[in-house]
Amino acid sequence: MAKPLHEPGVVVDDYRLEELAHSGGMATLWRVSRPGVTMPLLMKVPRIGEGADPAAIVSFEMEQMILPRLTGVHVPKFVAAGDFAAQPYIVMEAIPGQTLLPRLPELPLPDAEVAKIGAKIAMALDDLHRQHVVHLDIKPSNIMFRPTGEAVLLDYGLSHHFRLPDLMQEEFRLPFGTAPYMSPEQLRGIRNDPRSDLFALGVLLYFFSTGVRPFGESETLRGMRRRLWRDPVPPRGLRGDYPPWLQEIVLRCLEIEPAWRYPTAAQLAFDLSHPTQVKLTKRSEQLKHDPLTTVLRRRFNQDATRPRTKQALAAQLSSAPIVAVAIDLAEGSAALNDALRTTAGRILATLPAARLACLNVLKQGRLTIDFTLDEQGHNRQIDRLVGLRHWAEPLKLQEPRLTVHVLEAVDPAAAILEFAQANRIDHILIGARQSSLMRTLLGSVSAKVAAEALCTVTVVRPNLTAEKEKPSSADDSGLSSTG
Amino acid sequence: MLIALFADIHANRQAFSACLAQARDQGAERIVLLGDYVGYGADPEWAVTTVMELVDKGAVALLGNHDSAIGDPRAQMNMDAQIAIEWTRGVLGASQRKFLAGLPLIANDGERLYVHSEASSPASWTYVTSTLEAARSITATSAQIGFCGHIHQPAVYSMSATAKMTAFTPTTGAAVPLLQGRRWLVVLGSVGQPRDGNPAASYAMLDTDKRELTYCRAAYDIEQAAAAIRKKGLPVWLANRLLLGR
Repeated sequence: MAKPLHEPGVVVDDYRLEELAHSGGMATLWRVSRPGVTMPLLMKVPRIGEGADPAAIVSFEMEQMILPRLTGVHVPKFVAAGDFAAQPYIVMEAIPGQTLLPRLPELPLPDAEVAKIGAKIAMALDDLHRQHVVHLDIKPSNIMFRPTGEAVLLDYGLSHHFRLPDLMQEEFRLPFGTAPYMSPEQLRGIRNDPRSDLFALGVLLYFFSTGVRPFGESETLRGMRRRLWRDPVPPRGLRGDYPPWLQEIVLRCLEIEPAWRYPTAAQLAFDLSHPTQVKLTKRSEQLKHDPLTTVLRRRFNQDATRPRTKQALAAQLSSAPIVAVAIDLAEGSAALNDALRTTAGRILATLPAARLACLNVLKQGRLTIDFTLDEQGHNRQIDRLVGLRHWAEPLKLQEPRLTVHVLEAVDPAAAILEFAQANRIDHILIGARQSSLMRTLLGSVSAKVAAEALCTVTVVRPNLTAEKEKPSSADDSGLSSTG
Repeated sequence: MLIALFADIHANRQAFSACLAQARDQGAERIVLLGDYVGYGADPEWAVTTVMELVDKGAVALLGNHDSAIGDPRAQMNMDAQIAIEWTRGVLGASQRKFLAGLPLIANDGERLYVHSEASSPASWTYVTSTLEAARSITATSAQIGFCGHIHQPAVYSMSATAKMTAFTPTTGAAVPLLQGRRWLVVLGSVGQPRDGNPAASYAMLDTDKRELTYCRAAYDIEQAAAAIRKKGLPVWLANRLLLGR
């Protein structure tokens, strides 16, 4: 096995070691430089050799497989890997700044800031999950932020990639992870459920908003196993003024049964970004943890959670999309809005975990859901929100599946596109305006959205033959019926 | 170098043609054939002739149990396989039978090893169904990467430096890095009679520079292959199972 390299100034395959950045149990991190490369670089060297933890080698192998396959802003860019037989290392982009770890003395943070941080991490997780990876070690020291604001997730040594051999799975009997953040299913050795990351993020949100870890710091297996049946004290039990919407989100993340958590990280990010739209359930009111009977039932009914197959999990990720429908509430849109509702209904009927976000664009102004507008603006906002709910009513969606949003913008297409991108919308439904006069006045919003969106767009038209048969149906518009 | 690997062709002309064409389009520079060119399917003559031509052009070909059974009347097989083999014996010419009889059980190619079934006792035709057989197969030789077929279901096994085993079912089209510092056993799916629930023909591509392995599937005219089996009067199940991939 190779000799460890431990000196500043040593050169390995053109990379010059500059300074020791971090020394951990499994690996050391060096700041390195290479002639001609301006990007700041970090080299990760595993601890191997006599007396080293065998897990260090395996987790390094995992990272060596996974990191080069990841792309996007939410991961450090992979640069190079050293031959395992000669000198194992990984060189990657060094993200400037600090992880979330140094912020622990500031806890608890203001609720709005916790939600903002949480939404950014959830976005990063959504991106990771879409790249077929479950992180499995989400905690403050593995999270950084780019100067542009996006969260970056570090350390893929414990991760699971759906399309690569899981070397950790079979090597070790004990679960690997970080005790306070580890999900109940991880404790049982299940490593392929993306919702384990949502649990860890829930722990982080709880901790950052209360200053208390929901499951303590116990490192013993026995102490950790308590979370298989014992739910944490609700944040409102610790702090009377804790916002119900945040408790709703945090406790949903911390559900023992993965199926009761958010189905996707995108849906969690959505709720964290739209606090006023969070549907409050009994979770939001709880002041104490579950009664003993519930806990005992969980305690002695441990077979309930069974590992699921890869196929089932992949299907679950794609069966919980966020669908956005752009509704024009102006006069003459009734037939089109009916067609949009029919199309939305078809999609939602086949995907019970899908969510529907109804959008309406209020021309001019900024893109916000701001309730502190001037008197006139305020009323128009409320009118539109009522109009959107009225449109959605026949779909009979359960409250958590439906949200309504009025976007203020100069350019409706740009507003819809921005909303879709910021909220990881999977599918946009938008009507094609029939009236040529309207199209001349407003331009074709649907054409621009269809051309520029980063997700699927369905352009909906009312059936034209039906339209010809009853030309007067357009009089009964959605807006006029909001009394 | 890009190596295309094929196993368990089983006289399925439509499937093997589709795989060869697709592998050629992918830039395959070398061909490795892991045995069982005959049995089950309707075109054994064409299959063996094609393999002979490929070997003439530098392909490596191994012996499979069905190929071995052609010249060995004592070979024990299930009823359908037995019927197909007896029919195949009558169809193959002398030069083809001679070619099959001369194929090796095992072959080394640098750090790689090719064999039809489990490598510790290649003539026993043991299936690699779990880490148990995989470990035996890996430790039987000093090769870094072993390749086999026989079971008609893709799988990738690895053994760490501390002799711990991992098993993995590969995803079509997703390259698997065969890390150094571990030893690997690559089990191929079947070209001519897939049994992993996906009826498309299965093969694999190895990029020796990147040490990356990619499992591939080729769509082919299954109806035609099945019709040919029925036309030759072979057991109907051999035709039907092609459509199911079972």
